[in-house]
Amino acid sequence: MAMWAGADVIEMECVQFHPTGMVWPLSVRGLLVTEGVRGDGGALENSEGRRFMFDYIPEMFRAETAETEEEADAWYDDHINHRRTPDLLPRDEVARAINSEVKAGRGSPHGGVFLDIASRRPAEYIRRRLPSMYHQFMELAGVDITAEPMEVGPTCHYMMGGVRVHPETQAATVPGLFAAGEVAGGMHGANRLGGNSLSDLLVFGRRAGTGAADFAEARTGDPTVDAAQVEAVLAEAVAPFARDGGENPYELHQDLQATMQSLVGIIRNGPELEQALDKLGELRERAGKVSLGGGRAYNPGWNLATDLPSMLTVSTAIAQGALARKESRGGHTRDDYPGPDPELGKVNFVQRQTDERGYCAPIHIAPEPLPQMPAELQALLEEGH
Amino acid sequence: MTDPTPAPTTAGAGTPAPAPTPLPPRSPAEGPPDAGGTGPWGIPLPQEDGTVTLRVWRGDATAGQLVDYTLPAQDGEVVLDVVHRIQASVAPDLACRWNCKAGKCGSCSSEINGRPRLMCMTRVDELPEGPITVTPLRTFPILRDLVTDVSFNYEMAKQVPAFAPPPPPPDGYRMQQEDVQRGQEFRKCIECFLCQDVCHVIRDHEENKAQYAGPRFFIRYAELEMHPLDTNDRRELVRQRMGLSLCNITKCCTEVCPEHIKITDNAIIPLKERVVDSSYDPVAWLGRKILRRHKRSPDEATAEAP
Repeated sequence: MAMWAGADVIEMECVQFHPTGMVWPLSVRGLLVTEGVRGDGGALENSEGRRFMFDYIPEMFRAETAETEEEADAWYDDHINHRRTPDLLPRDEVARAINSEVKAGRGSPHGGVFLDIASRRPAEYIRRRLPSMYHQFMELAGVDITAEPMEVGPTCHYMMGGVRVHPETQAATVPGLFAAGEVAGGMHGANRLGGNSLSDLLVFGRRAGTGAADFAEARTGDPTVDAAQVEAVLAEAVAPFARDGGENPYELHQDLQATMQSLVGIIRNGPELEQALDKLGELRERAGKVSLGGGRAYNPGWNLATDLPSMLTVSTAIAQGALARKESRGGHTRDDYPGPDPELGKVNFVQRQTDERGYCAPIHIAPEPLPQMPAELQALLEEGH
Repeated sequence: MTDPTPAPTTAGAGTPAPAPTPLPPRSPAEGPPDAGGTGPWGIPLPQEDGTVTLRVWRGDATAGQLVDYTLPAQDGEVVLDVVHRIQASVAPDLACRWNCKAGKCGSCSSEINGRPRLMCMTRVDELPEGPITVTPLRTFPILRDLVTDVSFNYEMAKQVPAFAPPPPPPDGYRMQQEDVQRGQEFRKCIECFLCQDVCHVIRDHEENKAQYAGPRFFIRYAELEMHPLDTNDRRELVRQRMGLSLCNITKCCTEVCPEHIKITDNAIIPLKERVVDSSYDPVAWLGRKILRRHKRSPDEATAEAP
């Protein structure tokens, strides 16, 4: 919506894949297994029983991460004299590690890895600390997490990118539009830490509210709406009911999911991203031919048909951003550019629509230098070290 | 449902394992855990002929009927998965509420084979062979297909007088863990309204809705009444206007609660006992008169409801 109004979006390529989602059975595929399981003593293991995260500690975190299992296990009780278990490295590191283990053939039967807390903590402790995980696995998967390990794998979880906003007022680059939370970009950079989404909402949600209120109070006169624009939107909204024998919105949705999952997933590369952009072009054409039956009251097919253009626009922005950012940074990982590029660390990739708008219109993309951090904030950060 | 594999450690219950035995190495060639045995209701699992049939109610407030949809079965599905596949293939306008698919939001309430259940928490393989009937919540007016108008519950919610603590003492509030603990169970409620749907007092008697809050709200009243800091007294309100006495503790609510809250035993019966103490016990009445303990009337209490 923001893009169709002409607003800037940034970092659309920065998608977070949470390392531990359930993978089996089908009904629970993608459901979140909270980081708290690892925080309370759970460890990730491959099919050989090895705690493989010890093999994936990146240089950047080596100094603060335990080197041996003994040290990692002791850390739970004593944070001062021991360093943190590698199971709790940032989410993108863990997600990539799991991905590698599964690709190397050391995964679990259903394509994930094992998260084991059963052999590491007493049943009573697990039930008390993780009641909803216990409940979720028991009722939906028939797995007793106090007795056996869970199968987990990376799942698409959060979008760090989004609408570019002013940090004090949350105003977008289009006057009168305000954004906060997951829909806004920039707060979390290329990778979000666990728990920060909630605090983000509270702080910046409030700022967005006060920003919007100030903007509204400063306005004079009554805004008017172009009746012709409204007519056009209404006509487009109900158009699928008038078409016969066109595309099924659910099939389009599934094709979109398959395209993004395989070509714009955790590990990306140039050729696949180009392929994805071509495919998205085809999907956009098909979206113009969606047809529907049934009435207008509570029609989920119509809801999906209405959402599809938005999904296509966002997917295109993600693929375009991923192609442009020729490095790996945070949640964005490129096979063909495996490390971070310090030069690209200084830019945002900004995308926007200009004269033409809508899901079929082009999205322009260009790098822009990061805003300079104000001196007083810089001083605060330095204080901490 | 699989039998849980025995825990590899031999530590006694409640004591931390001294040196956990590492789990034996697993081969990725192992197939999926087998799905033999009996389901949670003790019913033998069916041998699927490879298809699953949902018999779904379609219609609106004026008319409707049951329609059969047969699809190839898939392993490990819940009823909501099948509904989604029906929407994606033959019936894109099949209306149903759902959201989290994890038994936490309370949106996908319906009646499955006549029993109030969450669609996302009902595994297809735990149901008997044959068509699975999926119908909307019977106690509430139909909007479309499986979607009902549950606003009765929001009206009841508005009438619950709010939590009313006294002004904080200079060093802050003090409470005992066991007093706080009593009400924690009631906070697990996800407002799925399955208990409201199954309760015969309103399920079978539409006219009772005007004077009956229902199990979901009895746990709310109980939580507030049991809170160690609350100064409000909702007992008269619950007795005179919220229909507590209409409950004859048949416990269907407890049976259908997806969060396993002991609604009848831990909320309704203690609430009934408190009401009896306040309204029908002459000794308690005398004690109150002598000690001049003031009880707020229902009007005072409701006047302060949000």
